[in-house]
Amino acid sequence: MISVPDNPSTNGKLYPSGKDALEGISIGDTVLVAGFARCGIPQKLLQALSEIEVSELTLICQGAWVQESTDFTIADLVATGKIKKIISPMPFHPVYGGLVKKAWESGNLELEIVPQGVLAERLRAGGAGIGGVFLPSGAGTRFAEDKEKRLYDGREHVLEFALKADYALLRAEVADTLGNMVYQATSRNWNPTMAMAAGVTVAEVDTVHEPGGIDPELVITQAIFIDRLVLSD
Amino acid sequence: MESLADKERLPRDIVAMRVAKELPDGSYVNLGIGIPTMVSSFVPEGRTVFYHSESGILNCGPLAEEGNEDIDLINAGGQYLQIIDGMSFFDSAEAFAMIRGGHVDVTVLGSHQVSATGDLANWMLPQRGVGNVGGAMDLATGASGVIVAMEHTDRNGEPKIVQECTFPLTGKGCVYLIVTDLAVIECDGHGLTLKEVAPGWTPEEVQQLTGAILAISPDVKEFEL
Repeated sequence: MISVPDNPSTNGKLYPSGKDALEGISIGDTVLVAGFARCGIPQKLLQALSEIEVSELTLICQGAWVQESTDFTIADLVATGKIKKIISPMPFHPVYGGLVKKAWESGNLELEIVPQGVLAERLRAGGAGIGGVFLPSGAGTRFAEDKEKRLYDGREHVLEFALKADYALLRAEVADTLGNMVYQATSRNWNPTMAMAAGVTVAEVDTVHEPGGIDPELVITQAIFIDRLVLSD
Repeated sequence: MESLADKERLPRDIVAMRVAKELPDGSYVNLGIGIPTMVSSFVPEGRTVFYHSESGILNCGPLAEEGNEDIDLINAGGQYLQIIDGMSFFDSAEAFAMIRGGHVDVTVLGSHQVSATGDLANWMLPQRGVGNVGGAMDLATGASGVIVAMEHTDRNGEPKIVQECTFPLTGKGCVYLIVTDLAVIECDGHGLTLKEVAPGWTPEEVQQLTGAILAISPDVKEFEL
C-alpha cells in the first residue's frame, strides 16, 4: 500500500514550533544540517534539537567553524552532549578550534573527515537513488585506501557509496505551504542536496506563502523533497 | 658569511602579483586561502578573470564594506562580499561539479609540501591528528591545473618543496607551477625546472633551500612582474 505521511493541503506542512517539527527524531539517528560557515544555518531547529530528549546523534554538515557569534550553531549543540559523531570536511575552525575541537580532544566526540565535494556527491547519489559514484577526488591519497578503483579517461576514480540520513535540517528564505523553496544568495549551499537525502526533511523559513506565491520558474527546491516547515521567528 | 636563512625574501604581495600574471584573460579561477586570496588584487590591467567560490558563487566581487555586510553572501573563507553584475549562485553539489568537471580553469592554493612530481600535500599537518580537508581534494583533482603559492621554506626553515611528500597527500601530480618568495618553478609531472629567482638570489642558493633536485632553465632570470 502507498503511504502518504503528510497532508499537503494548505498548512499541511507548517508546524507550530521547532520542537513539533522535529517530532520522531530518535536516539542514534543521523541528521543532515545545512549551512556554510555562518551562512544559512537552521539555528532555530538546532536550538530546538538541543532541547529534545535525544542522544547518540550523528551529524553530517559542512562544518562548525563559526567563532564568536551570538548564533546558535552546531558547536552549541555539541556542547549539550547529544552528539556522538560528526561527519564533515571541516569540523572546526583551523585556527580558533572551539567547542567541537575541545569535545573531540577530550574523547567525547568522534570525527570523520570527508572531502567536501565527495560529501556533496555521496548525498546527491543518496537522494537520486544511485548506489554510489566513481570520483577522481582523493585518488592516490588516504581517502582512497581500501576502496574500489576504476580507470576512466585514463585517470583513477574511487568508488564512494551513497549517503542518506534519517532527518535533514534546512533553511530557506521563502517557502510556500506545499514546501517549494527559494534561497538567498550563498545560504542555498547544502540545502538542495540535503533536501533529497533524508527520510524526514524539516526546513526553517523566514516567510511562508500560499501556493502561487512563488513563481514556479524560481523554485530551487521542489515541494516533493520537503516534509515539514517551521517559521524562523 | 651571511646565512641564507636570514637573507631577504620577497614579500607575500609580490608572490601574489607574480601568480596573477599567470591567469589567462577570461578564465574561471578558484583562489585558496592565504597568499592565493591576495592574487585577485594584482590581475594585470586589461584582463578579466572570473572567480569561483565553493560557497556557491561565480563572478565573486570585492569584499563588502564595513556596515554593509549581508550575512547570506559569503566567500569560501566566510568573508562577506558585495553583489556585482553578472554574479550567479548555486548549491554545493554544483559548486563541486564545476571544479571536478574541469570547468574551473585554474586553482591557486597554498601548501605544506609539493613534491618533485607535482604531488600536493596541503590539508593536514600529521602532528595535529585531524585535518580540515574542506574542498582541497576536489580542487586538486578537478581543476585543469593547480598553481601553488607559498613560502619556500616552513617556519623551521625546512624546505616545502621536497623529493617526496611526507605529509598526507591532497592530490597526485596536480601542480604545474610553484611560485614562492624565492623562485618560480615549473613542474611537468616528472621533475622541477627553476625558471625565475628572487632579486639577489642565485639558482644555487635556491637549490640549497629546496628538498628536490631542480633543473636550472638555460634562460633562468630574475622574477618578472
